[in-house]
Amino acid sequence: MANKQYTIKVGLASCGIAAGAQQVYDEFLSKLSQQEAALDAALILTGCLGMCYCEPLVEVSTKGHERYLYGNVAPEDVELIINQHLFGGEPVKELLVYAPNLDPEMDRYMEKQVRIALQNCGVVNPEDIASYMAAGGYQGLQKALRLGSEGVIAELKASGLRGRGGAGFPTHLKWSLTRQAPGSVKYVICNADEGDPGAFMDRSILESDPHSVIEGMLIAGYAIGAGKGYIYCRAEYPLAIKRLKLAIEQAKAHKLLGESIMDSGFAFTLEIREGAGAFVCGEETALIMSVEGKRGMPRFRPPYPSEKGLFDAPTSINNVETLANVPRILQCGAAEYSKYGTEKSKGTKVFALAGKVRRGGLVEIPMGMTINEIVFDIGGGISTGKPFKAIQTGGPSGGCIPASLGDTPVDYESLDRIGAIMGSGGLLVMDEDTCMVDVAKYFLTFARGESCGKCSFCRIGSEKMLEILERITQGRGTEEDVALIKNLGEAVKTGSMCGLGQTMPNPVLTTLKYFANEYQAHIAEEYCPAKQCKALISYVIDAELCRGCSLCERACPANAISGELRKPYTIDPEICIRCGLCTSTCRFDAIHVESKPKSSTVMEVAQ
Amino acid sequence: MQVSSEQLLAIEQIVNKYRDFSGAAIPILQEIQNQLGYVSPQFIDKVSELTEIPASELYGIVTFYSQFRLEPIGEHHIQICHGTACHLAGADKIIEAFESSTGTKCGATSKDGKFTLDKVACIGCCSLAPVISVNGKIYGRMTAEKAQKLVREL
Ligand SMILES: Cc1cc2nc3c(=O)[nH]c(=O)nc-3n(C[C@H](O)[C@H](O)[C@H](O)COP(=O)(O)O)c2cc1C
Ligand code: FES
Repeated sequence: MANKQYTIKVGLASCGIAAGAQQVYDEFLSKLSQQEAALDAALILTGCLGMCYCEPLVEVSTKGHERYLYGNVAPEDVELIINQHLFGGEPVKELLVYAPNLDPEMDRYMEKQVRIALQNCGVVNPEDIASYMAAGGYQGLQKALRLGSEGVIAELKASGLRGRGGAGFPTHLKWSLTRQAPGSVKYVICNADEGDPGAFMDRSILESDPHSVIEGMLIAGYAIGAGKGYIYCRAEYPLAIKRLKLAIEQAKAHKLLGESIMDSGFAFTLEIREGAGAFVCGEETALIMSVEGKRGMPRFRPPYPSEKGLFDAPTSINNVETLANVPRILQCGAAEYSKYGTEKSKGTKVFALAGKVRRGGLVEIPMGMTINEIVFDIGGGISTGKPFKAIQTGGPSGGCIPASLGDTPVDYESLDRIGAIMGSGGLLVMDEDTCMVDVAKYFLTFARGESCGKCSFCRIGSEKMLEILERITQGRGTEEDVALIKNLGEAVKTGSMCGLGQTMPNPVLTTLKYFANEYQAHIAEEYCPAKQCKALISYVIDAELCRGCSLCERACPANAISGELRKPYTIDPEICIRCGLCTSTCRFDAIHVESKPKSSTVMEVAQ
Repeated sequence: MQVSSEQLLAIEQIVNKYRDFSGAAIPILQEIQNQLGYVSPQFIDKVSELTEIPASELYGIVTFYSQFRLEPIGEHHIQICHGTACHLAGADKIIEAFESSTGTKCGATSKDGKFTLDKVACIGCCSLAPVISVNGKIYGRMTAEKAQKLVREL
């Protein structure tokens, strides 16, 4: 394929498909097949190219490795790209998002990133093992088999790789503990449950480069002496599961799974287990219960899974991204990997950048890069143009970091120091319009719903904390509530058995720490500065701007809007359910959301 | 609800497929749901009879995991993402738009059996937030108006 003059890649991961990339691919397929004789071009299906914000993405590369990336491509654009770029040699400027010497800002976007775990994402065809092999695939395994089990573990130790599932436990240590644990039957499990509701790193890796995870598991199995592996993938990721299944079949056909792999005597098989929608099953002991076919209830550790895991046998559980790094470390050597990162946090970390950021998508950064660099240099700043307020990492277990701490380097220790966590890689950017009390309530609502119910602190504590937050967001909170929720949060942290309960107060505690004034505004002033909390806002029609077109009246599901045609309409605040449908239907921008501090309204009345 | 003979046959075939499988309960129930659309208490009794796994244990699994449904699903399954990115992008408004235009609530099926609404956590397309899926097809950058239009067209 490399000898073709042009290679055209279409990003077909689920985000691309949702944006219409399949139609774009099909259009290329049909147009190119008509031109087969005249054009020297290959069309390739690939995974996530990372720039989810301008999906569908099409990459045209030349024999000389020049890359041209087209964004927001519609099927109608395909003909233009073929005629102008492929035939005419002239890139279609209007559609380009990245090209040599096009835009210094995009050069920075690329240069700031280091792609190790994502090396093949958007590069190889995830449905074709040959494409993976051509990119150096399964050479890490080959090297591992030469090094021997102890050698592999030593190499990982030298690399400094730590678990990317959240806790950051050194991977070599997990492997050597499992290896040393007594027992002839051992297992490797890949944790692909990706429960953080706003994270998609693992999905992207599985959809874009499934073989790297399989190769990582093979190396793990070889290192710890396991003959069988399980991939526990959430059922919400059907495309990831489909491509994994295909990859497993292809690996079997190439004798990379099964008996005596690469004639080494090492035997390994793989099975996929689908999750069934329970966040707590991302926790390792709950996950094991689930693979065993039971309710996913966490249990007390120790014993750790490395000693007593799946079916009571020593088990190493590793995250998708952790495993995807492993083949590269072996292939390129530990030194090459550990040259990135900080003293204690080596290598890179993949983040799913989302929220109010201009260039949302999948990014990979060397550890130690600051939050500001990620949000501004890579993310392009705030999408709404409003001030940057905070980021949130680690989902329901993580914390909110205010913009004022934007200089904090992203590594395990620094994030820990400010009360946040690295998490598995979800990174949500928030602007001024985000209410931090609402964010805390959102995460707590999620965590409460996912509590397995075993520990009373987690089960009842979450309920009580949520009641307090409900009160506050409705303007019924009291001064004592702040101290009460802090105390409760600390109690839930210490009184819960598994990580779910131990970390669920984090979003509340960090917002209390960094955004105390916002809680105060809700409590003392019955005021939501971000204008998000329904009980504290009202929708108002600006009589000057309203043309009396009646569109809003017709859109309102609660019949709260009334008026006469061609005269200003009004909203009855008693009936209004604050759904906001009217604002999005108004063509004249005449409907606004208001929230006023209590003291200011008192003043207005006095005046 | 009675178990029909086709349903019975399907259940038997699925159970047989997982004969020598350790930890088979969840995959069996998942496959039943995939094929038959739901896992009713009657299906559970049948599986219990065939596998000798106590019905209480199976029932415990079905109620623990949010994926399982005990009742048949509507003609159109609308899943509305309420993950973090979608929440920030106004998922609540999308939920309200779907609820008011289908006349049913999240977690329920409309009376005419036409729509089942569900709130789900992150579909994995956060950059296109707010995101929904209808019968497995994902739609991004939703607005309340688009939601209403979609329902009218279904
Ligand atoms: C409530 C909870 C949810 C978790 N969810 C995930 C998850 O979705 N994916 C993941 O890899 N690890 C998750 N973990 C962490 C795992 O328990 C475990 O530490 C991890 O899979 C180990 O892999 P690593 O060492 O490669 O990071 C979760 C932990 C807790 C307490
Ligand atoms: S939060 Fe909705 S798709 Fe991720």
